[in-house]
Amino acid sequence: MKKCVALALSAVLMASVCLAGCGKKEAGGGDSGAAAAPAEQGKTLSVQVGPSPETIDPALNSAVDGANMIIHAFEGLLKFDKDNNIVPGLAESYDISADGLTWTFHLRDGLKWSDGSDLTADDFVYSWKRVADPNTAAPYGYDLLNYVKGYDEAEAGNVDALAVSAPDAKTFVVELNNPCVYFDKICAFAVMVPVQQAAVEANGESWSTNPDTYVTDGPYYMTEYTDGSRIVFSKNPNYWDAGSVTFDTIIWNLIEDSNAAYSAYQNGDIDMIKDVPTEEIPSLEGNSEFYVDPIMGTYYVSFNTQKAPFDDPKVREALSLAIDREYVAGTIMQGTYSPAKNFVGPGISDEAAGSSFEEVTTQKYGDHFDVSNYEADLEKAKKLLADAGYPDGAGFPEFEYLTNDAGYHKPVAEYLQSAWKELGLTMTINIQEWKTVTADRRNGNFDVARNGWVFDWDDPSNMVNLLETGNGNNDGKYSNPEFDKAVDDARTTTDLKVHYEKLHEAEQIALNDAAMAPVAYYNDFWLQKGNLKGTWHSPYGYWYFMYGSLE
Amino acid sequence: MAKYIVKRILMGILTAFVVATLTFFIMNLVPGGPFLAEKAVTPQAQAAMEAKYGLDKPLFQQYLTYMGGLLHGDLGVSLKKRGFTVADIIGNRFPVSARLGGIAVLVAVLIGVPLGSLSAFNRGKAADNIIIVFSTAGIAIPSFLTCTLLMYFLSVKMKLLPSLGLDTPASYIMPVIALSLYPASYITRLMRSSMLDVIGQDYMRTARAKGVPAYKAVFKHALRNAILPVVTYLGPLLAYLMTGSFIVEKIFTIPGLGQEFVSAIPSRDYPLIMGTTIFLACFIILMNVIVDIAYAFIDPRIKLK
Repeated sequence: MKKCVALALSAVLMASVCLAGCGKKEAGGGDSGAAAAPAEQGKTLSVQVGPSPETIDPALNSAVDGANMIIHAFEGLLKFDKDNNIVPGLAESYDISADGLTWTFHLRDGLKWSDGSDLTADDFVYSWKRVADPNTAAPYGYDLLNYVKGYDEAEAGNVDALAVSAPDAKTFVVELNNPCVYFDKICAFAVMVPVQQAAVEANGESWSTNPDTYVTDGPYYMTEYTDGSRIVFSKNPNYWDAGSVTFDTIIWNLIEDSNAAYSAYQNGDIDMIKDVPTEEIPSLEGNSEFYVDPIMGTYYVSFNTQKAPFDDPKVREALSLAIDREYVAGTIMQGTYSPAKNFVGPGISDEAAGSSFEEVTTQKYGDHFDVSNYEADLEKAKKLLADAGYPDGAGFPEFEYLTNDAGYHKPVAEYLQSAWKELGLTMTINIQEWKTVTADRRNGNFDVARNGWVFDWDDPSNMVNLLETGNGNNDGKYSNPEFDKAVDDARTTTDLKVHYEKLHEAEQIALNDAAMAPVAYYNDFWLQKGNLKGTWHSPYGYWYFMYGSLE
Repeated sequence: MAKYIVKRILMGILTAFVVATLTFFIMNLVPGGPFLAEKAVTPQAQAAMEAKYGLDKPLFQQYLTYMGGLLHGDLGVSLKKRGFTVADIIGNRFPVSARLGGIAVLVAVLIGVPLGSLSAFNRGKAADNIIIVFSTAGIAIPSFLTCTLLMYFLSVKMKLLPSLGLDTPASYIMPVIALSLYPASYITRLMRSSMLDVIGQDYMRTARAKGVPAYKAVFKHALRNAILPVVTYLGPLLAYLMTGSFIVEKIFTIPGLGQEFVSAIPSRDYPLIMGTTIFLACFIILMNVIVDIAYAFIDPRIKLK
């Protein structure tokens, strides 16, 4: 009988044991320990830049964590150096026709894919057309390629209409609709890298999740992809500049939870983590392993400009001036953001090489917000509100602030509530899930809402254009013909000087209209072991690990 | 019994169908969509993506397409993990969760049953009191706290165990403790009360009076009756633990299925939400059937009809 009980018990437990047993067999890909061990013998770097990426297919990617991996696996025509200047990538040089419409790129000799096959200009033709192809549904297709002649037709299905061509194996020619003064930056964008036609066409979207088919042309190729655990890159011996690449292996730890990342960093499993738990930041200040560095982007507040009383620029400006930006960035956001003085912040270049758009703004127009003298701005705010017909907030309707609860969004909302209380205004906080916030904000279903933008490429138009009438990201539905004209002029000019001048003009118009209230400039903050040298972080939010070393 | 099993399986299929239908429509009622991003993609790109995945069709038609695929065993492709099918994701991740969960259930049973029995036989004595205190604490402490404490002391401070993944046998220690603490405590308490019930029964006294040795009375007569509530509890427990815990997997960075149940929802990965929900439903139904069968083995008085 005793045997019987044991039998019965094991009948129930059989399921677990049996399934666990099958598990072992099936999880060949999941059992990563064995696969990674040999690779870890060379010079290995272990990092964390985010959880499992949505995709590392260059054409489909629109996220920073995916782009970080893509720039280590692929190289486009041009690329960025340590100082964020454009330098030759696979293209040794390029010529621009006098009218600015034809860009001719000359590829290097002997380029090869990671599988050893030859890489030619035809690969660029295929890859660029793939980005334009509606069947690819590339999120950045329009943004990047609408400058190219024939894009409208290509997008409608006739992909071959896209005016990119390869007169010979080493020459790639692009014809544009209009001159674009920052097209070189677009050519350096991670979406515009070549992908291998054979690998992509034989495997569909899964080509980018399988080490055997993820054929690359950059410093690394993939040797392991375990969803939810890690992606391993190994040095690509076929890369033209393989000699400069230092690490043999890069392990991208796909960690969802910032506390888990922090623990792994502390016990030495990982050399660099991007997701630092915000509650640890006060204890990390002054720590030499803790870095804060600007990225191109602004945290701002959108007003629903189609809705009274926010249709009145005075009201918007009053609300905007009542924000103590120094306090928000330094205290509420624990110094991980910088106070916004204008709309376009640090990291964005101006006309001259190495110049900063924001510095030119300061010299030419003065900063819009005096972050060091908030009291003066607050007085101005009170006066503006009275001018708008709401002295001390009398008669001002109660309104709502829409935000999701992530990062510092909620503390910032609570701060704004108290700051606007100073003006005599009553604001309630409406916290919704992120997708709901995004949908409501886009549909104009809000009074005031949290907003933010991280630049896709280093040109002020990338963010200034958000306020243009009809722009899909113009959540506040701000509309001013004068502003629209300035950004349109900036878009169509061939003169770099005019381009930047017009964008400065547009930014000033938007700031004076308080089209939105800039709050803070984004920074990346991360932890990196003291012995990790030679890597750098760019204003795009990318880390360049390939030339670093662990000393 | 075969008839019973067939009946239960048919009922299970019906339940899974209802679950699938409700989930499909409820998830589409929630605002937002898979391609809604902080940065608006252009209307062209949005339309192209929707067309590619059939999301531009009327909802009911999408439903029919999905159910049609489901009948053929096609769970679709993930919208937020590009390049993976839903079947891939479940196929890669379920074994990881199942192995971890299976071990945790085994540990919970191996600890809970003896401790609960021990507690019952020593009712009111020191051993009983200690076990009660620990099992109460085990039920009350949430798993995120257990995970955090384990991680802090064993991994960060003492550097004894790896904090990430399941690469080595040692990596299993912390997640298994975290996963089995609650069920082990719960089983201890269940076992204690049912064992107390059983040892108070007349037949136990008769057995002892007739000279059956204590250990034999316990194993032959008491345990077999006392374990029934534990078996009932094991069905859903197995189903939940083997399909993965969101919290434990997130904290220890385990590539299991538990995270997918939760993260599919905020990202509005419709096919993945459907796939994981249907999978969980089927698994719970299956586990309950297995438990029912186990009943019949343990207690011959139970007839499955």
